[in-house]
Amino acid sequence: MIITKEKPIEEIYGFLEPFGSVLVVGCDSCTQPPRGLREAETYASLMEMAARVKGKEIKCEAITVVRQCCSEGVKEWIKPDGHEVILSMACGIGVQVLNEVFPEIPAFPAQNTVFVGWEEKREGIMYENCRACGDCLLGETGGICPRTRCAKGMMNGPCGGCIDGKCEIPVQLRNWRGEVVEEIKQDCGWYLIFNRLKAMKRLDLFEKYREPTDYSIWTNPRRI
Amino acid sequence: MEKKAFSELAKKIEAKEFVFTGELEPHRSIDLTEVKEWATTLKEIGKIIAANVTDNPRSDSAISSLVAAYLIQRDTGLECVYQLRVTDRNRLALVSDILGAGALGLKNILALAGDHTRVGTTPKAKPVFDLDSANLIDLIHRMVYEGKDLDGNEIHGPRPEINVGTAGGIMAEPLEMEVFKLKRKAKVGADFIQTQAVFDVNLAVRYLKAVKEVGIPTLIGIFPPRSYAQAEFFGKFVPGVIVPKEFMDDFKKMSEITDKAVRKEKIKEYNVNYFVDFIKEVRKEGAAGCHIMAVGYPDPIAPIIEGVIGK
Repeated sequence: MIITKEKPIEEIYGFLEPFGSVLVVGCDSCTQPPRGLREAETYASLMEMAARVKGKEIKCEAITVVRQCCSEGVKEWIKPDGHEVILSMACGIGVQVLNEVFPEIPAFPAQNTVFVGWEEKREGIMYENCRACGDCLLGETGGICPRTRCAKGMMNGPCGGCIDGKCEIPVQLRNWRGEVVEEIKQDCGWYLIFNRLKAMKRLDLFEKYREPTDYSIWTNPRRI
Repeated sequence: MEKKAFSELAKKIEAKEFVFTGELEPHRSIDLTEVKEWATTLKEIGKIIAANVTDNPRSDSAISSLVAAYLIQRDTGLECVYQLRVTDRNRLALVSDILGAGALGLKNILALAGDHTRVGTTPKAKPVFDLDSANLIDLIHRMVYEGKDLDGNEIHGPRPEINVGTAGGIMAEPLEMEVFKLKRKAKVGADFIQTQAVFDVNLAVRYLKAVKEVGIPTLIGIFPPRSYAQAEFFGKFVPGVIVPKEFMDDFKKMSEITDKAVRKEKIKEYNVNYFVDFIKEVRKEGAAGCHIMAVGYPDPIAPIIEGVIGK
């Protein structure tokens, strides 16, 4: 189970403001409270209203998918043609999958992912990519999470360990017993962020200095 | 952005003097004799303004760099640049150590992210990275100029008087990315840059040209090797360092000289010629100084410095 909490409306609208046509994508999977079609429609209206208040106009279309955490499924279910931007109602994984699958269309988070509950699932390699930090940065980092994809979780990366775009720390692939079965060279998360923001012509976001993460919300044990 | 020069190093940089810094690497030991001897050697060379004291380099555990920097500075009179990495300390511990440094009269900190714990001698350690290097610069700057930590908690009494440096990734690719990184660090108060070792003067010049717009004084790192094996080690095992082929070939040739004294002299001469030209070139391009990393190899240092700025 994944718990998400809505980002402030102003923050979400800030992501969408430069664009005219928005596809709001719900997720019918494990996100709680539900973030499916009804919620996507609500946000579509809210964003149109927010634009009108500012004297602007954006057009939002709302759809939903079974789950946003599967690249293969997302490719099949979502046809974003005609839209300039996607607003994802899903968790941090969903946002990253959309950015990966549709590199031409930036996808922004509507949620802060705050909690990932235990779910037993063993289907091939799983990429962590979202640690439910509760303070989603994906809207500012080109849809690539620095907290999970940088070995040091840097807010202002990359560090000196980024050589030829690769991280000096190989990722350890573990089996279901937790044993390391392979070490794989991985991309430097900040290098990916740099290239993505460059492609989006948003290097101003790369230059921005970021305050340290607020770890007070990570205190164990957590309950929702 | 408020800035003052507290340390001798920062004062000389501010006065536009071309500066030289050295490097000291204390080990996993409470005995600092050898490191202090090297500090004394650097001090006696006369033109080395300060020396960096490394903090768990390559994530190999070593004596506290704060303690080592203090003892070295006290006992040898050589100003120290206290290296501080965020790998091993959270923001509370960093505040403690920065206050400690201020109380002990240390005037320079090199703010580092540090190598990940998994590469070093203690790979099972929990890496901290509560802050990153830019956040650490921000923290130091706020403590020094506002008398507050990152949460706004006030420092009682006098504030630490510290200048803060940052590491420069001379081989960063693309360099554009490095420039953005440095712009962030300039925004939060970095006083100077010390780069990793570079052998190819063209790369150093390319770097200086690229980072010029950031406006932070830059010290280019050099490492005159004492032997072919050391040069080869750099080229092969130090990530991101490229040793030019001609340089390696020349060292290979010199390594074949059988008479040890002659070989030593030849290598020294070569280093002096090579790095005097190198430094003159980077100086022309606006470098603020050079960071000489040859630990325990004093022979070429004085002649290199003399070759650049005279006796």
